[in-house]
Amino acid sequence: MAKWLALVLCAVLGLSLAHAKEAAPAADDPALEARMQRIAVELRCLVCQNQTIADSPAGLSDDLRRDIREQLQRGATDEQVVQYMTERYGDFIRYRPAVKGSTVALWVGPLVLLVGGVGVLVFALRRRAKLAPDRFEPDAEDDEAAEGAR
Amino acid sequence: MKSLRFIIPLAIFLVLVGFLAAGLKLDPRAVPSPLIGKPAPAFTLPRLDDPATQVPRDAMLGKAWVLNVWASWCGPCRDEHPHIVAFARSKQAPLIGLNYKDKRDDAQAWLKQLGNPYDLSLQDLDGRVGINFGVYGVPETFVIDKAGVIRFKHVGPMTPEVLQTRIVPLLKELNG
Repeated sequence: MAKWLALVLCAVLGLSLAHAKEAAPAADDPALEARMQRIAVELRCLVCQNQTIADSPAGLSDDLRRDIREQLQRGATDEQVVQYMTERYGDFIRYRPAVKGSTVALWVGPLVLLVGGVGVLVFALRRRAKLAPDRFEPDAEDDEAAEGAR
Repeated sequence: MKSLRFIIPLAIFLVLVGFLAAGLKLDPRAVPSPLIGKPAPAFTLPRLDDPATQVPRDAMLGKAWVLNVWASWCGPCRDEHPHIVAFARSKQAPLIGLNYKDKRDDAQAWLKQLGNPYDLSLQDLDGRVGINFGVYGVPETFVIDKAGVIRFKHVGPMTPEVLQTRIVPLLKELNG
């Protein structure tokens, strides 16, 4: 048991050490590093497409994080950095695509579906409320009672 | 009116099936490049065989050319290599290799072992030029026209189909 615990502890420590190593540049300028992180979590890693550039261990993400850092050091705004990435990798790199002609369906679609669904539901309920009781099938409980009687 | 009640769900179902069927044919990894139709990013890179010589982008102006991004560490580059060699033999356009984030010795050994199809290989040691070209999965292949505008991009290993149906006709058009 103690052996296992020691092993787990080693693993955890090792992990945190590995993390500490990866985040080394943070020591130079924590504020810049935080800004870089904030931008990187909004960008998709194109090598492993379900991870952000902040999370991804891929070489390309390393390079892109370096690029973001350098641009911020040169005084670029967050928008300029995202613009720079979009110019190279397209809208796909953004987890939150810009609202424009080709992405309108993406932004408005779910709302349209929700409003439409609620509309259909209200319509159906109103219609049912007006129906006479004998238009409905008996409740399940009645069915069971009927079956018990059989 | 009564029959409509049954047709509507069926119609919705069929539309959905249509969308899903079309979705199956799409490649979720294919990212449309925003660089198509734009000038190739500027670069000045050292030659792989002669690092002291720097080659600027504009050295290629005036002819349509093909840029193939490769690396010795890249497995799929090995797969596409025979097709790239066959294309280079056909002498349809200058073929420039962009040796992406590679070690010089490894890259040269790779070319020596498998054969060198490139008129010229340029070294992008830190991957910065690759980023400017929107490279995210080596190998990638670009066709660039006489004016230096990117006209076509293929991500992943080159296939004879893409060469025959896309790149060769495009080069004919660009050179015509």
